[in-house]
Amino acid sequence: MSDTRILAADGTPLKKKLAQSMFRTKLRAFGLVCPLLALIISAFVLPILFMLTAAVYDDSYSSLMPESTAAMQEWDGESPITEAMAAAMVSDLIRARENKDIGKVANRVNREYSGATSLFKSTSRSAKKFEPPYLEALRDKDKDWNDLELWQAIKIASDTYTLGYIANAVDMRAKATGGFEPQDELRQIHITLFIRTIEISFIVTVACLLLGYPVAYLMANLPLRTSNLLLILVLMPFWTSLLVRTTAWIAMLQGQGVMNDLFVAFGVASDEDRFSLIYNKTGTLIAMTHIMLPFMIMPLYSVMKTISPAYVRAAKSMGATNWTAFWKVYFPQSVPGIGAGSLLVFILAIGYYITPALVGGQDGQMISNIIDFHMRKSLNWNLAAALGLVLLVFVLFFFWIYDRVVGIDNMKLG
Amino acid sequence: MASNLPFVRYDNVQKSYDGESLVVKNLNLDIEKGEFVTMLGPSGSGKTTCLMMLAGFETATHGDILLDGKPINNIPPHRRGIGMVFQNYALFPHMTVNENLAFPLKVRKMDKAETEAKVKRALEMVQMEAFGDRKPAQLSGGQQQRIALARALVFEPELVLMDEPLGALDKQLREHMQYEIKHIHESLGVTVVYVTHDQSEALTMSNRIAVFNDGVVQQLADPVTLYERPENAFVAQFIGENNTLVGKVSSTKAGKVEVDLGKHGKVQAVKVVDVPKDGQTTLSIRPERVAFEEKAPKGKMSLPAKVLELIYLGDHIRCRMSVAGNDEFIAKIPNSNKTISLAPGKNGFVSWNIDDCRALDYS
Repeated sequence: MSDTRILAADGTPLKKKLAQSMFRTKLRAFGLVCPLLALIISAFVLPILFMLTAAVYDDSYSSLMPESTAAMQEWDGESPITEAMAAAMVSDLIRARENKDIGKVANRVNREYSGATSLFKSTSRSAKKFEPPYLEALRDKDKDWNDLELWQAIKIASDTYTLGYIANAVDMRAKATGGFEPQDELRQIHITLFIRTIEISFIVTVACLLLGYPVAYLMANLPLRTSNLLLILVLMPFWTSLLVRTTAWIAMLQGQGVMNDLFVAFGVASDEDRFSLIYNKTGTLIAMTHIMLPFMIMPLYSVMKTISPAYVRAAKSMGATNWTAFWKVYFPQSVPGIGAGSLLVFILAIGYYITPALVGGQDGQMISNIIDFHMRKSLNWNLAAALGLVLLVFVLFFFWIYDRVVGIDNMKLG
Repeated sequence: MASNLPFVRYDNVQKSYDGESLVVKNLNLDIEKGEFVTMLGPSGSGKTTCLMMLAGFETATHGDILLDGKPINNIPPHRRGIGMVFQNYALFPHMTVNENLAFPLKVRKMDKAETEAKVKRALEMVQMEAFGDRKPAQLSGGQQQRIALARALVFEPELVLMDEPLGALDKQLREHMQYEIKHIHESLGVTVVYVTHDQSEALTMSNRIAVFNDGVVQQLADPVTLYERPENAFVAQFIGENNTLVGKVSSTKAGKVEVDLGKHGKVQAVKVVDVPKDGQTTLSIRPERVAFEEKAPKGKMSLPAKVLELIYLGDHIRCRMSVAGNDEFIAKIPNSNKTISLAPGKNGFVSWNIDDCRALDYS
């Protein structure tokens, strides 16, 4: 034991003694958070990690077509098709048909090469009767087997670990010879959607800030009775179901809805030529701004509540006009609230799903609606996971930007 | 014309917040240029409201406030040119000390070199030159107080208002700052209106003190007058310590009254307010003017007393006694070597000079 260590009264080192005395407290604290921790890990962290691995991991071809996979890995993606590759393919096709897995395989290849589903299914039906040379047999069965692009598609599909889905999510495509190339122009939809998602989220955030700031200011500065009433008015929609609020907007904004009736009554629009306020981007923007508003007002309010009126008074006593006092003294102190509210609204908006799905129509759809499409309709979970991963990267990116510009420790939520 | 009028004048000012009760009832107050006037009173007495009306943050319900001869009721706060020190300093937390001090100069569009020179001079005045680049949160309470003071003075206003500026400091620092504010006032010659509920603070710094209670100025006088010759029972009670005895006036002559204390006898006192014969009056005697002796001395007023409690305070002994039915009668007995032996239960006489006992209103 070195001399520099401080000892407790009974001779044990003070640090050890302190750790002993703290152990029970720490154990109890851990016990208290344990159930929640277990729930979060099992119901949130693990499923998300599992889902995200699907963005880069796909063994639906490699596990069912092992011989062909091995042959494909040796191929450089450019040289002519060999008899060995064809033989491995035929043997795998026979086994896949016997195991009733041919549908899964066909689907996987079809994502890279349209028309592959029927080609694989029909070829597999006759594969048992094929005789060597198998390359000839395949080509006799269907001339598509002549197509080098089909074999390239199979090579891509045979990769267990692939960046193909993530490339797809940003409108790129993996090449069989390695590397990536831009997706066909007709199939480039994701980047447009990502840009639209960010654009809508940005407009909603700015609109919430412009509409919410004066409300939060009033709430923080009015006498308690009035401000409580305002607070309830702000929170009332918050307590109402999201679906109810969104459907209410449909009733308000549709062609024969309340708003258009009012426009017609006041002569702003003619009866035949009503505004299209819903089932487009306008509808998404209006409904989302309304739904996000409390998330902006609450952080703003809680920050403004802490700004003493003495600051503005002090500024005025020193000769500042109302505007200068607000802009130079009050506003800078409310920035942490603006930061927290904006970040909250932006991150919620970027992944918003129900409202755009209900009121968005064609051009009001956001990236989450495409993710939903791949989860439930096309069942391409790998692409859905890849899109989700890209979205997550976006959110983290904006978080990082925010941290650089405003500083995350400047954020106050209450 | 303006020269005849005082620098600040409250002319029949009333203030009500709810339309049902008056917080300030008919205030008339004149403040001369260069004066240090303190508004002193318990909380809720209307003193802060009066200050806020002068600063422009509250409007008078009735009456005029004149600054330099001109009514300012309709001038917004930022055009009044009045410096102000707030209770919790209200230093802008997002600005450094230098930026805080430069703020009033910047809004006046003063050029950069002059601004810097003035900020530097203001910091020198409060001995805070080394702290210009700090944020207010990095300063101690006393340092923040100095900066707030410098900020209120940096644009050279002729009138500075202070709203309990020392309330958040500990006792020692508070006393030190009192002297500092007093010295700054003397060297700059600005007019200061100061609000506090601490009577020792008021006595230390002020030229004149306005004692507020219940929305009314009870007495406006210099510290000595206020302490030595309070005009009513509230002022006597509020400023310093005070012993009270209640009795009836039995006769009045030549500025003196004779007061009947019932079975305890009669005493003479200085007449301060008009009380009719047989009217009730409060006698006020300062504890330090009371002596305790074993025999009643001649030529002084005296009453029999019984010692109840002794508190040793070093330079004096606080002696609580029962006098004329009042069990809270205090005498401060100097700790000198001729101190008579005191013990609880001892009987004797308290005595004082006639001029030290004042007959005030009964409340």
